[in-house]
Amino acid sequence: MSDAVQSLSRFLPELILMGALAVVIVADLFTQRRPLKSSTDLLNGIALVGLLGALVTSWQALGAGEAQPLFASMLADDGLLGVFRPIFCLTSIVVLLLGMRSKELEGVRLGEMLALLLTVTAALMWMAGSVNLVMIYLSLETVSVASYLMVGYLSSDRLSNEASLKYILFGAVSTGAMLFGLSLLYGMTGTLDLYGVRAALAEGAFGPGLLFVLILIAAGIGFKIAAAPFHFWCPDVYTGAPTPVTAFLSVGPKAAGFAVLIRFFYLGMAEPAGGGAIAPVGGADWQMLLMMLAVITMTLGNVAALLQTNVKRLLAYSSIAHAGTMLMAACVLSVDGVQAIAAYLAIYLFMNLGAFAVVILAHRVTGSFEIDSYAGFWKRSPLLTVAMGIFLFSLMGIPPFAGFLAKWYVFAAVINAGLGWLAVIGVLNAAVAAFYYVKVLRVMVIDQETGPTPALAFSRLDLALLVVLVVPNVLGLLFWGSLDRVTEVSQTLLELG
Amino acid sequence: MIPLEHYLYISAALFSLGVFGVLTRRNAVNVLMSIELIFNSANINLVAFSRFVEGALGGQVFALLVIVIAACEAAVALAIVMSLYRVVKHVNLDDAAELKG
Repeated sequence: MSDAVQSLSRFLPELILMGALAVVIVADLFTQRRPLKSSTDLLNGIALVGLLGALVTSWQALGAGEAQPLFASMLADDGLLGVFRPIFCLTSIVVLLLGMRSKELEGVRLGEMLALLLTVTAALMWMAGSVNLVMIYLSLETVSVASYLMVGYLSSDRLSNEASLKYILFGAVSTGAMLFGLSLLYGMTGTLDLYGVRAALAEGAFGPGLLFVLILIAAGIGFKIAAAPFHFWCPDVYTGAPTPVTAFLSVGPKAAGFAVLIRFFYLGMAEPAGGGAIAPVGGADWQMLLMMLAVITMTLGNVAALLQTNVKRLLAYSSIAHAGTMLMAACVLSVDGVQAIAAYLAIYLFMNLGAFAVVILAHRVTGSFEIDSYAGFWKRSPLLTVAMGIFLFSLMGIPPFAGFLAKWYVFAAVINAGLGWLAVIGVLNAAVAAFYYVKVLRVMVIDQETGPTPALAFSRLDLALLVVLVVPNVLGLLFWGSLDRVTEVSQTLLELG
Repeated sequence: MIPLEHYLYISAALFSLGVFGVLTRRNAVNVLMSIELIFNSANINLVAFSRFVEGALGGQVFALLVIVIAACEAAVALAIVMSLYRVVKHVNLDDAAELKG
């Protein structure tokens, strides 16, 4: 009993989100008869207050207090969870603001969407904290089921429905395979606790059987982070979903997937080897498995992105490629890799959501997601073109933008671990990626529009949103020191158990 | 008493049947039924291991939770299938190919 009470005090961001969720659901019921505009504003306001509260409390909790297990060792409140919580809150806040400006969601009641968004945000935190096989599966499914509904939110829209159906079928098969793997792992070790799994695996060599189990589990995690060959849903779902939901899927669940990946492999499949390094246990070479996933994911994402004509599809393949880059850092087998992934995600949040913000604002005036429809944007709105340029250069990883810092963390960790060949493949991939990002910019700046070219006007909210997303990308290098201090906290994950 | 291997043979067979169904069926509802087979094969594993491993009750709790989650997922999936049917008047996956490339 005292364990539960004590755990609740370390559980404040999640509790605030749950409170806001309850208020949103009730307020949605009581405002059904009011005009759509006023009820939507009210609900957006409540959800925003809840998310801001969660952001502030999770920021205060970051690095404060010792790492400790929560709720009978279902969750671990350590630096890794501490670093990921603000990332999830920031993502949801930006997505909520994007939802207010999206043309696709205009004239739609948003109460349920906001309830789903708050649920997923809390569930992402549970994913990032789980150190028990049951909790990993439960939180992953909570995130999945709520995101299926968010993707299919426009129930009269054919593409939204089709995307949602594809998502749930791929998702159910992947998590089903993962569940089968988890059940076999439970049979091998006789325990559901990750630290118990590690202890049981350390006692014997399981070899190929364990590798088979790990491949099944990698299917479930790979589905969440959109790693090849479990990525087939990604381009279709990103294209069909309402764009703010696409933006959310490209950052939130991907980040949580990496948290689960780190916890499962670094805590459950390896033991601390001193100096922040870890050594795999159980006789299965999962480092090789992750390296293969990383190489396939990067290469496939970047090459397929070259062929795209729809900007949402292009960003889908680009997000697959970024998942591959982060997977490289997961192969490092030391806490440097964990910090690299945390730092990469913190920066990726701003650059990727920024690109989606431009896509949403452009869609308001062009009504299209085709790259060709961006022709002549330089004349129509230099501001939007410059903002898109900054986000795309940041995604490319070109200094002085923040994306360079993200890439630097990953490549430094990979090279320090002696995986030079992997870094070479990563650099080659970054060069390929530059082609398709520049292609979008070329259309915006050089191509001439054929029809009339009225100048574009944006509301104050749009400008504020763009500024908030641009500033971290431009000034990222100045805040290198603070980013380093904050993400360093994630390295404490090996202290428990 | 039935030895552990027999349970594992059945669950492996169910898992394979489920994967086979997912890969070959073109009707969305049939695919959902195959997915249920995959979930239940894992449940058999969990309960069987829980029975045969000394002092490990966790597997039975896990199986209960899996049943709950599978019900949620089936409810959501059928709602999505219904919603798609209202728009396109069929649930054939080969024809749900507006999104591709």
